[in-house]
Amino acid sequence: MTHHHLEIDSLRIALDGNVLLELDAHIGPGEILTVMGPSGSGKSTLLAWLAGFLAGDFEASGHAHLDGRDITHLPAEQRGIGLLFQDPLLFPHLSVAGNLRFGMPRATRDKPRQVETALEQIGLAGFGDRDPATLSGGQKARVALMRLLLSRPCAVLLDEPFSKLDTHLRQEMRQLVFTQLRQAGLPSLLVTHDRDDAASAGGKVIELTH
Amino acid sequence: MMLRLAPALIVTLLVAPILAGLAMAVLPAFGYLPALGGTEFSLAPWRDLFAQPGLARSVTVSFVSGLATTVVSLTVVLLFLASASGSRLDRWIRRMVSPLLSIPHAAAAFGLAFLIAPSGLISRLISPGLTGWERPPDALIVQDPWGLSLMAGLVIKEIPFLLLMSLAALPQLDPERRVAMARSLGYRPTIAWLKVVAPALYPLIRLPVYAVIAYATAVVDVALILGPTLPPTLSVSILAWFNDPDLSRRFMASAGAVLQLGITAAALVVWWCLERGVACLGRRWVARGGRQRGEQPLRLAGKGLILIATLTAFVGIGSLALNSVAGFWRFPDALPQGFTATHWIRALPSLTGPVASTVIIAAASTLIALALTLAALENEQRTGRHPAQGRLLSALGLLYLPLIVPQIAFLFGLVVVMESLGSRPNHGLVIFGHLLFVLPYVFLSLSESYRRLDPRWSQLGRTLGSSPNAVFWRVRLPLLLAPILTACAVGLAVSIGQYLPTQLLGAGRVPTVTTEAVALASGGNRRAIGVWAMVQASLPLVGFIIAVGLPRLLWAKRRGMRGSP
Repeated sequence: MTHHHLEIDSLRIALDGNVLLELDAHIGPGEILTVMGPSGSGKSTLLAWLAGFLAGDFEASGHAHLDGRDITHLPAEQRGIGLLFQDPLLFPHLSVAGNLRFGMPRATRDKPRQVETALEQIGLAGFGDRDPATLSGGQKARVALMRLLLSRPCAVLLDEPFSKLDTHLRQEMRQLVFTQLRQAGLPSLLVTHDRDDAASAGGKVIELTH
Repeated sequence: MMLRLAPALIVTLLVAPILAGLAMAVLPAFGYLPALGGTEFSLAPWRDLFAQPGLARSVTVSFVSGLATTVVSLTVVLLFLASASGSRLDRWIRRMVSPLLSIPHAAAAFGLAFLIAPSGLISRLISPGLTGWERPPDALIVQDPWGLSLMAGLVIKEIPFLLLMSLAALPQLDPERRVAMARSLGYRPTIAWLKVVAPALYPLIRLPVYAVIAYATAVVDVALILGPTLPPTLSVSILAWFNDPDLSRRFMASAGAVLQLGITAAALVVWWCLERGVACLGRRWVARGGRQRGEQPLRLAGKGLILIATLTAFVGIGSLALNSVAGFWRFPDALPQGFTATHWIRALPSLTGPVASTVIIAAASTLIALALTLAALENEQRTGRHPAQGRLLSALGLLYLPLIVPQIAFLFGLVVVMESLGSRPNHGLVIFGHLLFVLPYVFLSLSESYRRLDPRWSQLGRTLGSSPNAVFWRVRLPLLLAPILTACAVGLAVSIGQYLPTQLLGAGRVPTVTTEAVALASGGNRRAIGVWAMVQASLPLVGFIIAVGLPRLLWAKRRGMRGSP
């Protein structure tokens, strides 16, 4: 297992001269840093900056290092940062297997077998040819997680990934996601406004106030 | 790199030919056209123009028919939207909008002519029973001197256009909530819609309305079929002067083109004043707070008028079909005595060439337009810059330029420019001419869906390691396949229906089904007209059938792709 770590150095994001957010953080392998705050506190701006989608209107200073590599100015697809959204967002034009294959690096060996193994891991063996629209909410969420892991990211951003799930599913998905991320040794940053998410993640918590 | 050039390329492609064309209409209008010996500026072309008999009448008919067509079409559309929302008629009309829009103007005009002519279908159905006519009455119904049939023909085609534009704009206004709110305050539904939705909708469809005014004041093909003849509308006169073997008449034609530009501009100015007036009266009407009165008649008019217009269009097409297969057909008989394929078989050899030309020109101009549109929209996504919408002077306003400057005013000049560049009339030139009109429609019909696509799809693709190009091909294109195909179908339909650009830039040497069908108008051979107009009407329909059918076929096993994103 590789030891990934994500560092955020004196980040400062401003909009029209007003400082939105200031942050310093170090996230080690398998660690989950939770960032909390009310809406408008700059949580999604932080994710956009880390993932490489920050709109041009924002002024950002500071650096992000992933495994010692400065990724601050890299295009999104070269950063090695994976993203899990509120919705599973399975590509509706691809099969379940097609979704899982979408993010796999070109050089991956024996893709069909890896896809099948991944499906077995989340209890969806034999679902490869299915239309994602026919899956249940929980099944979609698990496929989305596997698609993220199969793309071999070096760090992961979680954008309130459990907020749209039913209460019983929520607990189950938290378990699955956090366990998988820890096992893969990925530094993760979780953005949420749900205290239970933070407790369940078990890592450091930063509160953004504004 | 190519992407960044796309917006500039589109603007140049649309604006440069129009400016060059206008310039080359204005110069000869004042006597300057060295190629024809005009080396000095003079007012002679204008003197010739004003000496033409019946000019005032031509100008009046052009001006009035443009404004009247727009008033009637817009009223019908707004009343329909106000009165029918949620009803069965509403759903039926919504389904009919696209096929109705795809019928070329010329085919719809022929259909109407076949319906209302003294020996047309309506007269046959009520004769001799109601009228006692044993022979067709000697009345000038089609091509009447006041242009009433011309206006009717235009109204039939402009209603679906304005309706589609309104339907595209409505969702952002959330009309259901507005109406529900007004109804909770005691307003009847139709009144509620007119008072709380219509005032917000109009600014969003203002440019399409201006396009209707411009089109209706300067139309050529419909006027050749339904318009008055002695004198014809100004645009038709200009075309006749331009095609006159006596080349010196081109100076007068140019002056006419400039006059046409002025008439369209005047119609737009008058409309703008009307807008102010209606807005002022409307504000008082809204503020007065009447909630009930007039609901019933408004509702009846809203549903009735659009029904009449839609049925007229379809029955007209039906009567084209009937004529194309009719054998001997005595006057008061509602149906022919027998049916025959002779007219089709006789037309077949001469159909193949024009059909092939039509398809090639339509496919080429649509593909070029699609590539440019996709490039510009993709560039907009990547740079994160969104053009201001609704404002007249934005990039979007420029898109409307070819739709608001009358074709006849700049296409002549463009022909002169092309001739002086040594370019011979050929398919390429015609494709270029069509592109001017296909491009705006393709862009307008695709841009909404493209901009509305959830940005998280491409963000997701990027974080999964795909480059922006890969995201475009693997995510955005497949997700947007349905709207892209619809935009293509619109582009094909626009190209297939073009008369003037084909006629002028092809110098009559590039025959398409549209130019051939319109050319038959003066001959009066109804069977041949039936065949050609049917072919002209069905070609665009093929495009729409593919646009609807292909996504269903491809995504048969993907439920999430039905009811496009």
